[in-house]
Amino acid sequence: MPLTRDQITVRAAKELRDGYIVNLGIGMPTLVANHIPAGMDVWLQSENGLLGIGPFPTEAEVDPDLINAGKQTVTARTGASYFSSADSFAMIRGGHIDMCILGAMQVSERGDIANWMIPGKMVKGMGGAMDLVAGVKKVVVTMEHNSKDGAAKFVRECNLPLTGRRCVHMLITDLAVFEFDEKRGGGGRFVLTEVAPGVTVDEVKARTEAGFDVAERVAVVGA
Amino acid sequence: MATKLFNSPSEAFADLKSKGVIRDGMTVMVGGFGLCGIPEQLIIALRDTGVKGLTCISNNAGVDDWGLGLLLQTRQIRKMISSYVGENATFEKQFLQGELEVEFNPQGTLAERIRAGGAGIPAFYTATGAGTVVAEGKETRPLLRPSQGVGGATIPGRGFAGREGKAGGAAVQSGEPREYVLETGLYADLALVKAHRADPFGNLVYRKTARNFNPMMATAAAFVIAEVEEVVGLGDIDADAVHTPGNYVDRIVRTVSQKRIEQRTVRK
Repeated sequence: MPLTRDQITVRAAKELRDGYIVNLGIGMPTLVANHIPAGMDVWLQSENGLLGIGPFPTEAEVDPDLINAGKQTVTARTGASYFSSADSFAMIRGGHIDMCILGAMQVSERGDIANWMIPGKMVKGMGGAMDLVAGVKKVVVTMEHNSKDGAAKFVRECNLPLTGRRCVHMLITDLAVFEFDEKRGGGGRFVLTEVAPGVTVDEVKARTEAGFDVAERVAVVGA
Repeated sequence: MATKLFNSPSEAFADLKSKGVIRDGMTVMVGGFGLCGIPEQLIIALRDTGVKGLTCISNNAGVDDWGLGLLLQTRQIRKMISSYVGENATFEKQFLQGELEVEFNPQGTLAERIRAGGAGIPAFYTATGAGTVVAEGKETRPLLRPSQGVGGATIPGRGFAGREGKAGGAAVQSGEPREYVLETGLYADLALVKAHRADPFGNLVYRKTARNFNPMMATAAAFVIAEVEEVVGLGDIDADAVHTPGNYVDRIVRTVSQKRIEQRTVRK
């Protein structure tokens, strides 16, 4: 059984560590916030100038001056700080964020990511995505393994315009988990480390265009 | 010193055409992230001047009927320099019809270009956008990360900048150089910013995430107008709490902001 979107975010949340400073992308990655393990202190950074995102506000707490990168009203947790966009991206580009979790349209076998534009469709802009993949210490991508028409999204070479080159450290899909090993091959290679319950390595291979290695012992996600 | 305080946006704009501050084809920076922290009443006043052919430097482009969307409706904007334009049908229509030019910048590159422009820095190198369309036509250069060099970033094969021989050259460098892209500083004719509080000198305090692009924009334009919710007396803002020093600000207008919310999200 492929993982549900919620199960993908549960798996992604397992990458969090106590004390981590984390930036969550818009969409599925935002849901990771719901799965931060109890007792673990994780600080969520919002690119529009907030370190320490709290829960969504109650109706009475709604403040138009306090939003997240998705423009949703939020709250700030105790100990939070506000800063300018320049300071926020200095934090991101200067390597002061431990991990970001992003969605993607394509990931290549070399760790390239494409997640900001589709030629021929209206381009809305890259926002902070290029800064995040260039500057954050660990880049985790969560996405569906295949597009709706079944096409591979984990590919040899991205044919969509890139967000960044050789920057993805980990890929979590509804079928499997891949970790990028910089020491393998010429310039690194992804290693399949986990599969979704009931999914075989051969099935993952059949639905993937990218070349990847398979770990000696492949675990089952959530087991 | 002439007063910087004006009673309304229209008064603050009244003589700007005759002073040559407002002119067709000018470049204007507009603060805000989405609709949060936008100088909403100043945008309306800028629209009402009838100025045309604007280049707008702003992270976003408002929504159809608010923020910079108002200036798109009236076709006063020729070009946008932004990182993300979101859901704006007017924008989309004008862009697809070729009436509106758009230059997308990564958000951090945009913020840093504005900061650099205000700080007198003509250009800087950043890793953001290397190997993507953003780097096309721009100078690129392999460099070590600042954290990897001793005494500053280094250029491969040339030892440490300014410290060749002394620090042992390439032998003590660590890590692989990566590609950096040369980006230029931005400076505008006019900046419209939104702050929470001002004093008569123009010292500004922003509020929460409404700060965003406003502090850098206040430093990076020939003329700066601040829209604020509160004006307090000189000395009423603790000097340690000033976000933007008053020298950057030319005019201050207190307004009652609508502060529209794009995505009202509440917990049960």
